[in-house]
Amino acid sequence: MEFVPGIARWFHVIAGITWIGLLYYFNLVQVPAMKDAAADGTAAGISKHVAPRALLWFRWAAVATWIAGAALLGPNFPAAFSLQPAYAGIGIGAWLGTIMLFNVWVLIWPNQKKILGMVPATDEVKAKARRVAFLASRTNTMLSIPMLFFMANGLTHKAAIGL
Amino acid sequence: MKNPLDSILGTIISGLVLTLVLYVFLKNFIVAGV
Repeated sequence: MEFVPGIARWFHVIAGITWIGLLYYFNLVQVPAMKDAAADGTAAGISKHVAPRALLWFRWAAVATWIAGAALLGPNFPAAFSLQPAYAGIGIGAWLGTIMLFNVWVLIWPNQKKILGMVPATDEVKAKARRVAFLASRTNTMLSIPMLFFMANGLTHKAAIGL
Repeated sequence: MKNPLDSILGTIISGLVLTLVLYVFLKNFIVAGV
């Protein structure tokens, strides 16, 4: 079973790149592009063909990242999440990633379904859903900065910064 | 007051500040207690 941490770490990084890469795509590319596209009447193409695909990979990559991360922590999972000193650095990263996963499935995805017309919603409900989904997505972008700091340095580079 | 998350720059600065806060918390309240 000694191959499990290596496979889990590898899969954690691949899934994490997919998840956070799409998060940055949404925040740096799609949201600003939608404003311009709405102005010239081409937003429907993004809403119909791009956003649903991006969201599909986004939300399931989030789940895959978390599961691979949990597998990587293995027996140290409780020590990390209870912030035991030797695992507190990676534990903070794990907590931030868990909060981000919650935001994806509880705040972003249900509201995106209303925005994209996958579930019926009035214009007023859509407007509120748009704001909640936007802020949850921006919150995750903000949280990704410390999350990646603690993930990258929390366990493997202890000697470098003493975490 | 404007929400810093409404701009990309505000989001990045907020993330950097939170990183610093969590780092200080870790060094002074968790690791220092050992």
